[in-house]
Amino acid sequence: MPEQVEDEVIVDRGEIDEVADRDRIRVLAGATETAASFQFDGEDHTLGNALRYVIMKNPDVEFCGYSIPHPSENKMNLRIQTYDGVNVYTVLEKGLNDLMDICDVVEEKFTVARDEHFADKMQT
Amino acid sequence: MPVPTPEEVERRKKLQVWEETVSDQASTDFPGHWPGENHEWNLEHFKKTFRVQFHPDGNDLLFAKQHHDLPTTRHLDLVFSLIGLDASITNAFRRIMIAEVPTLAIEDVFIYQNTSIIQDEVLAHRLGLIPLCGDRSTIKTLEWYIKPTEGEANPTEATDKNCIMLHLQVKCEWKKGGLEKAAKGETDPDELYVNHSVYARDLFWTPLGEQEEWKTAEMIRAVHPDILIAKMRPGQEIVLRMHAYKGIGQDHAKFSPVSTASYRLLPVIDILRPIVGADAKKFARCFPPGVVGYDKVTSEDTRKYPELVGKEGETKAVVVDPMKDTVSRECLRHAEFKDKVKLGRIRDHFIFRVESTGQWDSDELFLQSVKLLKIKAQRIKRGLDELTK
Repeated sequence: MPEQVEDEVIVDRGEIDEVADRDRIRVLAGATETAASFQFDGEDHTLGNALRYVIMKNPDVEFCGYSIPHPSENKMNLRIQTYDGVNVYTVLEKGLNDLMDICDVVEEKFTVARDEHFADKMQT
Repeated sequence: MPVPTPEEVERRKKLQVWEETVSDQASTDFPGHWPGENHEWNLEHFKKTFRVQFHPDGNDLLFAKQHHDLPTTRHLDLVFSLIGLDASITNAFRRIMIAEVPTLAIEDVFIYQNTSIIQDEVLAHRLGLIPLCGDRSTIKTLEWYIKPTEGEANPTEATDKNCIMLHLQVKCEWKKGGLEKAAKGETDPDELYVNHSVYARDLFWTPLGEQEEWKTAEMIRAVHPDILIAKMRPGQEIVLRMHAYKGIGQDHAKFSPVSTASYRLLPVIDILRPIVGADAKKFARCFPPGVVGYDKVTSEDTRKYPELVGKEGETKAVVVDPMKDTVSRECLRHAEFKDKVKLGRIRDHFIFRVESTGQWDSDELFLQSVKLLKIKAQRIKRGLDELTK
C-alpha cells in the first residue's frame, strides 16, 4: 500500500510547529553515519539546488546531489556522502546555517544599494 | 595552499559563447575542483566580494506609459545586478518571487445575477486574474485563509482578518434617445447604451468589520482601471460578490506578484585584435546601439600590433557598454571578425529585472524572496533538530 501523497502546497503560515516540521523530513533506508538520503515534503528545486550548492562548498563532503523523484509528488530528495567520520547531520545543519548567512548578507547589501539608488533618483 | 591570481579568478568566471556552442558553463568554485586550492564556504570572503548594483531604469518609462491607478513614486520595474553569487542561490530568489511571495487575489465569486453572454465560470476566472492593489501595510497584516475541505471539523471561516470583500453591480440600459438613434442606423455602442462595457474600475471594495478603519488609508482596487471584464447590451445585468484571499503563485498564477522576474548574465566582448577603418563601422553594426563605439588608433596601438603601422589616427572599434548587448553572435558570422573577437558572459553577474503586477514594489518583492528562502532553511533546521533529538 503506497503511503498517502500530500498534494497541497505547503506554505509557511507564520506559526512555528516543530512537529509538523519534523514530519516533513524523512531519512531514507540504507543511511549510515557518513552517507544518507533525506526526503523533504513540500520542497522543490528552489531549496534543493541552493542547499546542494552550499553543502558542496563543504570540504568534508564527498558527494551531494538532489532530485525530484516524481514531478507530481511534492517531494525533494537530498543525498549527502561525507569523507571519513564526518556526520551527515552536522553537514546538513552547517549547510542550512550557511544558506541563512547568505540570505542575511544579501538582504543587508541589497537594502543599502537600494536606498542609495532611490536617494540618487530623488536628487536628479 | 595555492591561491589563484586575480586574472585567473576573472578568467574562471567567464562563460564562452561560440558560433554554435557554449563552454565553461558550470561553476568550478568547489573544494577539490582545483587541486590544492581552498574553496570552502567562507562568509567573510562572501561579504567582501558580494555586491548589489542598481541600474538607472529606462524601464520606469514603461510603467509611466501604462494607464494605472498608482502613484509615480512606486517602483514597479527595477533592474539591478547581483554580483558574486552562485546561480543556484540566485535562481532560488527568482523562483520564490514568482511562486512563493504571497499576494491578494479574488478567489471566490458569488454570482447573484449574470444575464450577460459571458458564462459564470469564465467571468469568475477573469475576475481572479485582475491584479489588486491597496494600502500595503494593511494587506501585509492579512492572515491566511485555508479553504475548508469537505467534512472538516473546524473549517476556517472568511473573516475581516483574512478576507477582502468586493462587489460588482452593473446593469446595461438604453441611453436616453438611444432607441431612436439605433432606428436611424447608429451603431456606436457609446451613443446607444449606458454601462455596455464592464471595467475593472467598477469593482468596489466593501470593508468588513475592522477593515472600516483601513478606509483612512488607500482603498483596495484594481491596479489597472481599464481592464475590460465583460460587454453587455440593454437588459443584461451582472451582480456579484467576490472574496479575495492571500495566496501564492504555486497555487495559482493569479497570486504571482510579478509579471516577470528574470535574470541574464552580463555579456563580455573581448576584442582580441584591433578592428579598424570601415570594418570598425561594420563591427559596431553587429551589436545593438550603444554597445560598440569608436576611438582613434594611438601610437601605443601601432607598437603593440604590427598590422596597425601607418594607420595611426584611424578609427578603431571599442566596447563601450556590454550590458546593452543581447549576445546575438552576429559578429561571429563574418569571417573578418571571427578570429578578432571572443564573446562570453560573466557567470556570477546576474542582471535581474523584476516587474511587479502592482501590489508590491519590485524591491519589496526581492527582499521578501530573500526572507522566504531563509524561512525555508529555518524550518528544515527546526525539523532536523526535532528528528535528531
